[in-house]
Amino acid sequence: MPRLSYQKALQRALADEMARDAAVCVFGEDIGVGVNNVTTGLLDRFGRARVVDMPLSEQAFTSFATGAALAGRRPVIEFQIPSLLFLVFEQIANQAHKLSLMTGGQAHVPVTYFVPGSGSRTGWAGQHSDHPYSLFAHVGVKTVVPATPQDAYGLFASAIRDDDPVVLFAPAGALGIRDDVDFATLAPVPLGVGTVRRSGDDVTIVAVGHHVQTALAVADSLADQVSVEVFDPRTVYPFDWDSLAASLDRTGRLVVIDDSNRTCGIGGEIIATAAERMRLISPPRRVTRPDGAVLPFAHGLDQALQPSEAQLIAAVLEVVKGVL
Amino acid sequence: MTQSEELYRTVRLIRRFEERAIELVNSGEIIGGIHPYIGQEAIAAGVCAALRVDDVITSTHRGHGHVLAKGADPARMLAELAGRVDGLNQGRGGSMHAADFGLNIYGANGIVGAGAPIAVGAAWARMGAAANTVAVSFFGDGALNQGVLLESLNLAALWHVPVLFVCENNGYATSLTVADGVAGSAVARAAAFGIPAVTVDGADPAAVYAAAVAAVEECRAGRGPAFIECITYRFDAHHTWEHKARVRYRDPEEVEAGRARDPIDIQGARIDGGVRAEIDAQIERELDEAVTFALGSAKPELTGAMDYLYATGLRGRTGVGEMVV
Repeated sequence: MPRLSYQKALQRALADEMARDAAVCVFGEDIGVGVNNVTTGLLDRFGRARVVDMPLSEQAFTSFATGAALAGRRPVIEFQIPSLLFLVFEQIANQAHKLSLMTGGQAHVPVTYFVPGSGSRTGWAGQHSDHPYSLFAHVGVKTVVPATPQDAYGLFASAIRDDDPVVLFAPAGALGIRDDVDFATLAPVPLGVGTVRRSGDDVTIVAVGHHVQTALAVADSLADQVSVEVFDPRTVYPFDWDSLAASLDRTGRLVVIDDSNRTCGIGGEIIATAAERMRLISPPRRVTRPDGAVLPFAHGLDQALQPSEAQLIAAVLEVVKGVL
Repeated sequence: MTQSEELYRTVRLIRRFEERAIELVNSGEIIGGIHPYIGQEAIAAGVCAALRVDDVITSTHRGHGHVLAKGADPARMLAELAGRVDGLNQGRGGSMHAADFGLNIYGANGIVGAGAPIAVGAAWARMGAAANTVAVSFFGDGALNQGVLLESLNLAALWHVPVLFVCENNGYATSLTVADGVAGSAVARAAAFGIPAVTVDGADPAAVYAAAVAAVEECRAGRGPAFIECITYRFDAHHTWEHKARVRYRDPEEVEAGRARDPIDIQGARIDGGVRAEIDAQIERELDEAVTFALGSAKPELTGAMDYLYATGLRGRTGVGEMVV
C-alpha cells in the first residue's frame, strides 16, 4: 500500500478540491513556489487567477478573501506561521465569523484558513511557535486539528466545502507522519466528529493534534499496567461531546493533553464539561503548556514548556491510582 | 424624474430618515443610538447614483446614507434600527451592520476601514465576468490611518481591481481633527499607489455624481481602481450618545459655518419648487409609513438569539451547558 505523508495529504486535498470546484482559490505568501510544500504545483495547474501570491498584507488579504467569498468564491488562505493568526484575528473573529449572524443569515463566508506547521517547529522561538486553536474555539470559529494523514486530507476537504469560516491547524509535530493509505479511500471527514484511536477500559486520554501520537505512545508504554483509551476530537470546535461522554461511560477517568496555554485552553473546557455532565470516578488531569507560555528559543527551554510524554504518563498514573 | 430631481430625492430621503431615526433614539425605540449621516448625504447620493444594482458597496459605522442610496427599503432599514424581525437583517445587525445582499450592499461595518479589503476582494472575484461590475468602498478620514486601508489600496492597484474608494473627509475622526491625525493628504496616499484621485465638494450632490460617473467608468473599463475624496461636514454628533454626553470639540461658529453649506439646499435650489414640494411630501408619507411599519414589526423571539450564527445551521451549547442540540 502506498505511503502518504501528512503534508502530501494536505497538498492532495487542496488540489482535489480545486479540481472539483472552480470556486476554490488559494491565497498566501510564497504559495506559487510552494514554500510550505502544500501548494506545490498548484500555480502551474490552476493558474494565477486561482493561486494568488499575496504581498505581505495579511490583514487586507484575509478580508479580501471574505469579500471574494461573499461574491461566490471559496478561498483557502495559507498562513506561514501560526502567530499571523493573531494579526488577522479582527478579520476572522470580528468580520468573517460574525457576518452570518449580523446579517440575519444573508451572508455566508466559506473561507478556510490553514497553518501548515502550527505549534513549535523547534528553534523558531517566541513569535513562530504558538498553537492558538483554543482561541478560535473560544470565539466559536470552526477549528480543526487533524492528527493523521487521512484526517489531514479529509478534514481539509470538509473545511473547504463548509459554508462557514474554518481554521485548520496542521501541527508541525504531525507534518512528518506517514501512513499506509489506500488513496481510493481518501474522503472528506465530517467536522465535529471525533474518533477513538485506541480502545481501553481504565482511562480516556483526550489528545489534540500531534499529541494523539504522544497519547498512543503512552498507551503502549503503560499497556501492561493500564488499559488506555485514546480519543481524538479531530475538531476542537464544535467538539464531539457525545463521543467523549460515551468513552467516559466506559472508563470513568479522564486525562487531556493539549498544546494550549493552560488558562482557557480547550483542555480546561473538556474537563469542565466532563465534570458537569459526564461520568467521572476520579479527579481528571490535564497536561498543557504553562499559563501564558512564550516558548523560549534555547532548545531545552522550548521543549520544557511543551506537554511531554513523561508528564502524560504521570497524569495517567495519578488518575488511575487505586486501580493498579 | 430628472437626474437632478433624483439626487434631490435621495439626499432629502436620507436627511429625513436620519431625523426620524434620531426621534426614535430619543423616544427609546432605537436602542444604542446611531451615527447620523446628516450633512454628508450628497456623497452617498452622488456615488450610488452612478452605480447599478449589481455593483457592490461596503459601508461604515455611519452607513445609513449608503444603504438607502443604494436602494434599500427605508421601512425595512428603520425596522432594522429598531431591532425588529422585518429589519433588513432581521434585527441581528442594527445600525452598524445593516446590509442587503440582494442589492449587493455588503453592509455597514463597526470597525473603521474594515470594509475596504472586503470591497477589493469582492471586486476581484468578479473580474473577468461579462457584467463588468465595480465595488465601492466608503470610508471616512479616520480610516486613512488604518493599515488595512493602505494595504487594500495596494492590492487594488497591483491587480487593476475595479474598486472605487470614496473617502468622506468630514474633518474629524470622532473628535480628532484631520490636521491632528493625518500626515500628508488623502489623495496623496492614493497617488502613492498610482491610483487616480480627485478631491470634490462633498456638499454638492451633482459634483459628487459627476466625479463618481467618471471614476466608475474608468473602473468598468478595466483601468483599475479610482479614489475620490469628498470634503464634507458632519452636521450632527459623531454618535447620538454625544447629545447627552455633551463632549465639546467643535466651536459653535464652526458648526454653524459647516451647516451653512447644506446638500439639501444646494440640490433643492436646482429643481423646480413645485416638484421639490411634491418630493418632500412624498418622502414624509413614505417615512410615516416606514415608522409605522418598523414599530409594528415584531421583536425577535428570544429563542432565536443564536439563529444564523452558522451558515450550516450548527448549534453550539447554550450558556447553561446543555449538550449539543
